[in-house]
Amino acid sequence: MSLNEQHTQRRPIRVPLAEKLWPFLRASVNVFGSVIVTIFGLLLITFIIGRVMPIDPVLSIVGEQASQSSYDAAYLELGLDKPLLVQFFYYLWDVIHLDFGTSLLNARPVTEDIARVFPATLELATIGIFMGMIFGIPLGVLAAVRKGSWIDQIARVVALVGYSMPIFWLGLMGLFLFYGVLGWVGGPGRVGIFYVDIVPSVTGMILIDAMLAGNWDVFKNAFSHIILPASLLGYYSLAYISRMTRSFMLEQLSAEYITTARVKGMSEWDVVWKHAFKNIRVQLITVIALSYAGLLEGSVLTEIIFSWPGIGSYITTALLSADMNAVLGGTVVVGLIFILLNIFSDLLYKVFDPRAK
Amino acid sequence: MENLLDVENLWVKFPTRTGVFDAVRGVSFTLGRERLGIVGESGSGKSMTGRAILRLIRNPGIVEADHINLEGVNLLKKSEKEMRAVRGQRISMVMQDPKFSLNPVMTIGDQIIEAYRQQTKASKSEAYNKALEMLEAVSIRDAERVMRIYPHEVSGGMGQRIMIAMMLIPNPEILIADEPTSALDVSVQRQVLDIMDKLVKDRGMGLIFISHDLNLVADFCDRVLIMYSGRIVEVCDADKLHEAKHPYTRGLLNSLPRLDGKDKRLQVLKRDPEWSKTPSVSGRL
Amino acid sequence: MSDTQTLRQWLLSETPTSRRHAKLSALYQGWLSLRANTMAMIGLSILVALVLVAITAPIISPHDPFTQDLSNRLAPLGAEGHLFGTDSLGRDILSRLFYGARITLYIVALVALIAPIAGLLIGTVSGYIGGITDTILMRITDIFLAFPRLVLALAFVAALGAGIENAVLAISLTAWPPYARIARAETLTIRSSDFISAIKLQGAGPIRIITKHIWPLCISSLIVRVTLDMAGIILAAAGLGFLGLGAQPPSPEWGAMISEGRRFILDYWWVATVPGLAIFTVSLAFNLLGDGLRDLLDPKAGE
Repeated sequence: MSLNEQHTQRRPIRVPLAEKLWPFLRASVNVFGSVIVTIFGLLLITFIIGRVMPIDPVLSIVGEQASQSSYDAAYLELGLDKPLLVQFFYYLWDVIHLDFGTSLLNARPVTEDIARVFPATLELATIGIFMGMIFGIPLGVLAAVRKGSWIDQIARVVALVGYSMPIFWLGLMGLFLFYGVLGWVGGPGRVGIFYVDIVPSVTGMILIDAMLAGNWDVFKNAFSHIILPASLLGYYSLAYISRMTRSFMLEQLSAEYITTARVKGMSEWDVVWKHAFKNIRVQLITVIALSYAGLLEGSVLTEIIFSWPGIGSYITTALLSADMNAVLGGTVVVGLIFILLNIFSDLLYKVFDPRAK
Repeated sequence: MENLLDVENLWVKFPTRTGVFDAVRGVSFTLGRERLGIVGESGSGKSMTGRAILRLIRNPGIVEADHINLEGVNLLKKSEKEMRAVRGQRISMVMQDPKFSLNPVMTIGDQIIEAYRQQTKASKSEAYNKALEMLEAVSIRDAERVMRIYPHEVSGGMGQRIMIAMMLIPNPEILIADEPTSALDVSVQRQVLDIMDKLVKDRGMGLIFISHDLNLVADFCDRVLIMYSGRIVEVCDADKLHEAKHPYTRGLLNSLPRLDGKDKRLQVLKRDPEWSKTPSVSGRL
Repeated sequence: MSDTQTLRQWLLSETPTSRRHAKLSALYQGWLSLRANTMAMIGLSILVALVLVAITAPIISPHDPFTQDLSNRLAPLGAEGHLFGTDSLGRDILSRLFYGARITLYIVALVALIAPIAGLLIGTVSGYIGGITDTILMRITDIFLAFPRLVLALAFVAALGAGIENAVLAISLTAWPPYARIARAETLTIRSSDFISAIKLQGAGPIRIITKHIWPLCISSLIVRVTLDMAGIILAAAGLGFLGLGAQPPSPEWGAMISEGRRFILDYWWVATVPGLAIFTVSLAFNLLGDGLRDLLDPKAGE
């Protein structure tokens, strides 16, 4: 629902007179400025979260038995003697240089860890969003065109269940049914145990890596593992995309230009797809961008259920072992992607909607 | 005069929770190569009548009639697919506000070309030239530029002229104009009407002019149907409108301000429930 | 009988005699149209049942939800004395479900109090004062809106420590921005209306205007939004519980119960299935009721 909020409330733009002089310059400065401010806010919040942590960051580095002198040395090295503001600028400086510190768990740079786990999430969410689009858009359009019919009712139930079902539970049930009972799909993890590390990691996305290596056995196995969690995410984005598509389409179908198209003698198919759908394309891209962002986040719980080594698993594991650098690093990365997708969808409006020019 | 259109006992019904609502109740009229005005207040069923002829009343609305004959062929007997060959090609419609009746994300050129190519499978360049010609016919200068722009970039008066061009490009026999000037500035209303009038006359078309504006209709049309709560209460020639007899028409006329008026106060229309009970007057010739 | 008849007539009167009469009559008419919406009524009945279960949990539970019986662990559905079986420690799942209803209601009620009130405050102040205050507050709101909610809640819980109260706080911290947006939008429309100018002429100050005139008018759109958000709140709380960041063992929180049952999913599926169904039922109920309320109070937003 929060996605819905963002995209409906974003549109009204006030245009004072001065802006007409430098429309383009001002617009880009505005977009750029709001991006900077938002990212700054993101970092400020994560910094504050890091500060109020009840865990002593020094102790977690040097260990409980450390001597006072090594404790002090680490304390100084972390810059904890400096004022908070200075510490915040250190933090900013590090983040700008893509340095999120070292993970306390495996003593590796967090950035490296994230670069390693992120493709797994990306692969999962991308397949998920494609499934959501392929089924969600036609379902939403049909539900709007045949409003009140059985297909509309089905679409309504599908969405309602999607909004009400705990994703981790549905994942468990799917695992139980399709893996445990029916044996149709692969179990948890990205590939079966005999297929691990067979193909070299190029993109980090195992389906693509397997294709690049031409190893179809690995591809098949990886596919049987990804299909269930991806369908799960796909179902959630389908619920959202189909609802939004339906309400956008209903709005357009009641517009007068639809009557015009009918008066012209156009077939109902053309009226729907050439006229009404053309008007919701831009809105729809926004919805898809936002629901893609939602999937990247929504994958947290799904990844846990399916032991999927993505960013969601990474953050949660780090969280349970109080590895704050890793948690904050992961949060910042997911937050950045969110912000970028938001801006991306805003820009799409400006590029593709003739009225916005 | 030969009849282009012959409507007999037309009903438009909408089932609601509290029962069936009749928007149009047993209306009959004919249309020749003339300008027929339909006047009435909002909710009198005049727009519904126009849309019912094109069978554009959407579910759950129902259109019933003894017949709606277009040159002797009953439109109600046609399949939806056959009906599409009637819409645009033989009967067309211009709606109230070009701001809403033009598709906002298609260029004006594309929309006009689409209207032309709907049935005539003309080539693109042929359709393009035809569209230019048509835009010039509705007095649009630099038509080539207008072809490339979007509806939000044109004014209301220009938008309505574009609508007229778009609706007349397949050369229909009948044009239904549903309040075509109500959303326009007073200064351009006359211009739009004159253009529409000239085109309709030149092509020998029949025009159904739907409006709430009694004076405009009296001025512009040949014959007028006055509708009240879904029925035709009076039919008269436009130039004899001021001799109308029905109390509703008289009431409407009397509630218009006149420069030479003797009364200090305008009359307020007093409605008689009897008006909506008496059966519809026939508008057939 | 004639008494209720007159009450009904009084409530449906077209000419209210007092302000309270008008208000009650509007409420009653709203109730009548809500009652005609079957789906919303199903949702409402489920929620009423949930409240009843939560209140009477100690009475209707067949067992103590915390008593372990290791000799009778993982008993199947319909086992003797255990309708929904037992979990890995031999605790009665049905009883834990009943007690879990209390936790769910507790979380939902707290979030539903904190987040909308915070949003209402920020939104109305921002909208009424305008200018630089508005810009700053709305920028902050935007920052929170641009955030991944669950991940942010996770980070908050990580900082604050696991537990129900902290989960509530974390969810509220991520839930308020939409309310602020709604309240601000409402305030902007109300602020420029004529009746506010009239009140100003009578000498009303900003605090009086906000509390007495703007807040009451924002409430209905907020209620709709809160009801629709409830399902999301329940799911988020269950998610945190599932990750071990919400309610702590041995608390019978539904999400935590699923997490416990997860280890046995392939052999003892019902341990995780039953609490999941409970979560699903309750959030479905909130969604059904929310849809009904939206149709009623905000027909424009619906389809």
